[in-house]
Amino acid sequence: MLHWLPENISTYGHRIDGILQAIAWIVGVWFLLVEAVLFYFLIRYRRRPGVSATYQPGTKWRPLLWLLVPAILILGFDLGIDFMQGPVWTEIKQSLPQPDQTIRIKGRQFVWEFTHPGRDGRLDTADDILATNQLTVPINTKIQFELQSADVIHSLWIPNLRLKQDAVPGRTIPGWFEATKEGTFPVACAELCGSGHGVMKGEMRVLNAANYQKWLEEETKIGSR
Amino acid sequence: MRPITKNGLKRRQKLDHAKESFWRRYVFSVDHKMIGKQYLITGLLMTLVGGFLAFSFRHQLAWPGESVPLIGPIGPDQYNAFVTMHGTIMVFWVAMPILLSGFGNFLLPLMVGAPDMAFPRLNGMSYWVFFLSTVVLIASFFVPGGAASGGWTSYPPLSAEPGYTGVFWGGHLWILAVALEFTSMLMGGINFLTTTISMRAKGMSFFRLPIFVWMINIASLLFLFSVGPLIAGALMLLADRLLGTGFYLPASGGDPLLFQHLFWFFGHPEVYVLLLPSLGILAEIFPVFSRKPLFGYKAIIYSTIVAGILSFLVWAHHQFISGIDPRLAAPFSVTTILISVPFAIMLFAFIATLWRGSIQFSTGMLFALGMIAEFMVGGVTGIFNGSSAADIYLHDTYFVVAHFHFTLFPVTFLGAFAGIYYWFPKMVGRFLNETWGKVHFWVTTLSFNVVFLPMFVMGLAGHQRRIFDPTLFDYLQKHQYLHVIATIGMMVMFAGQIPFVINFVVSLFRGRRADRNPWSAATLEWVAPSPPGHGNFDTELRVVRGPYEYSLPGQQKDWLGQTE
Ligand code: HEM
Ligand SMILES: [Cu+2]
Ligand SMILES: [Cu+2]
Repeated sequence: MLHWLPENISTYGHRIDGILQAIAWIVGVWFLLVEAVLFYFLIRYRRRPGVSATYQPGTKWRPLLWLLVPAILILGFDLGIDFMQGPVWTEIKQSLPQPDQTIRIKGRQFVWEFTHPGRDGRLDTADDILATNQLTVPINTKIQFELQSADVIHSLWIPNLRLKQDAVPGRTIPGWFEATKEGTFPVACAELCGSGHGVMKGEMRVLNAANYQKWLEEETKIGSR
Repeated sequence: MRPITKNGLKRRQKLDHAKESFWRRYVFSVDHKMIGKQYLITGLLMTLVGGFLAFSFRHQLAWPGESVPLIGPIGPDQYNAFVTMHGTIMVFWVAMPILLSGFGNFLLPLMVGAPDMAFPRLNGMSYWVFFLSTVVLIASFFVPGGAASGGWTSYPPLSAEPGYTGVFWGGHLWILAVALEFTSMLMGGINFLTTTISMRAKGMSFFRLPIFVWMINIASLLFLFSVGPLIAGALMLLADRLLGTGFYLPASGGDPLLFQHLFWFFGHPEVYVLLLPSLGILAEIFPVFSRKPLFGYKAIIYSTIVAGILSFLVWAHHQFISGIDPRLAAPFSVTTILISVPFAIMLFAFIATLWRGSIQFSTGMLFALGMIAEFMVGGVTGIFNGSSAADIYLHDTYFVVAHFHFTLFPVTFLGAFAGIYYWFPKMVGRFLNETWGKVHFWVTTLSFNVVFLPMFVMGLAGHQRRIFDPTLFDYLQKHQYLHVIATIGMMVMFAGQIPFVINFVVSLFRGRRADRNPWSAATLEWVAPSPPGHGNFDTELRVVRGPYEYSLPGQQKDWLGQTE
């Protein structure tokens, strides 16, 4: 199943993939088991001349165990899934690590605006680099983002990072990621935001340290001209 | 209005028989059976609209930019409007009227042994308010700016400020239509509850009621309890649109997330309002065609109640990544995943009903079996979405679209077809053709999988929802062929409905005649004539046993009716 997913390039992505995989196994086995029982009954107990049904209303405790025991097992698996996935959520969405860099991302009908800190590494200074639909980040760096929206709700969607977060007007929603592979990756919007929702796309470039420095220099030069 | 008394009823029956005009009988009817049929037919006709919209945007997804038969090429605005209206229509104008109002109205009084609903006039009014809502909704396609296009969830600010979509009247009418529809469903719900509480036949205790009656009542309660907050939310939305208030607009001090909470506090119970009647249909059909009592009658009822209560505690699973406090994910993830337990009990009870039965594959039974087999796919994939961590990836992708169609499609259509094939003899006194019914079943069920299984794969590949041209995204290219497969599957599925339509129309007039109880079923509706006349029953009813007494040991025939 995981081979259908795009390549993971974030530090935490494999943990989401792991949860998907684990749930797939658990519910997959249950699903096949129950369907198998269903189809077995259909074949085994199809109407045949001379064979009549057995009266079994399932009102006593003993037959009811056929419902309750599997249900309790399912309860166990449910709690197992909860305990397994909880920490993954906490790592990704709840406990933000100390960032190496902070960027600001703003959704606007129908573009993504990325404000990168310039050479000083800080936002809201003169050397900030603003780019539309182009996010540029250094590899192996903990990036914290401040997600905002200028108008309606958008949703920042970077499949390769396993990152999705709604951008809500009036709020600044923090989040983080760390990319582990160089390259160019798609950025999209996952929340219906109007007629251009389907064309709201950008790209993320992950650069190694040297290339990132070079990019910074170039952008700063353009900026100061 | 008071519930009608015995004497009042006798008077009415006499009156009705004496001078009943065409209009009174077929149009402004107060007879629950006619009203049920009106809902059923209206719902089926609305399927044509909802289905045509699906056809149009699926055509666009498979072959972007190409002209769709009958309407030409579809642009992004139109795409959004079509998706919005498809979702709205399928949920509120197809599933709800068919399952809850259609079957509920026709069957509930018959099953509890009542001559009619407690408030027949309110019932008639409920249909006509519903009809009005339908007119308003359809009209919204034709106003300047077109129909609403903010998604069936209608999230503000997109839906609160006409400038964001360019849809002005369409959005107002959408809210008005939904409000009217809710009003009509509320009238229906009050009727179901009152009828069940106060008009049961002699001896019909609560624990002798068929499961379908329980399901309709629990669904009505869920609707009554959940709809209030949404109505408040919708009024604020309308005020934002019309009066320039800012309940949901941050610039005026409002909060967009408020609406999401109100919407989903209603929205999750609402999907059970669709699911429960359909499970009720299943519970009536399984015992009859396996000649066994329903396994664990009370376990099913208690599980349904528990699931109903839990359904009010899960709403934020739709909002994991919406910007709510991330600490809310844990509790809502737990409640969501827990809800699988009561449903598992119900499911196992249905399957256990088949155990050592004598199963006959009538068309109604086939559809019921198909429903349960397919619904399980929807059920287990819900666990992925319910896990907040996995949902980070899956939310708003085609995985979700596949998941909820695997729940809603079996519930809505397979459930409704099961009910139609099973109760058609009661409704019109004639059978539907079984052979064509089976063709209908196999084509519908198999092609359904072809339409929606590929969407799981597309979702896993990162395909977001509600985009009008997937070919614009490079990373979706390699899965474009799945869109083509899904769309062809849909065309086959739609073509598969032709035998049903012909079968339905021909059988209305030419079908084999059915007597009172053609399936040898034990519940009360089969005691009445087929079709039942005014006041439903021509015999004195005295209920002495539960609804599912099949294959009792030591009996000559393999069933005992509730009055025997
Ligand atoms: C007749 C066969 C059906 C087909 C081919 C179909 C197809 C689709 C597709 C492809 C989408 C996603 C469009 C997008 O996100 O761009 C969609 C959305 C939706 N469908 Fe269906 N569907 C069908 C039946 C149903 C039924 C029976 C229901 C409910 C009872 C339903 C409820 C919805 C809802 C609520 C949405 C979401 C609308 C939105 O995003 O605002 N559909 N449908
Ligand atoms: Cu968008
Ligand atoms: Cu929900």
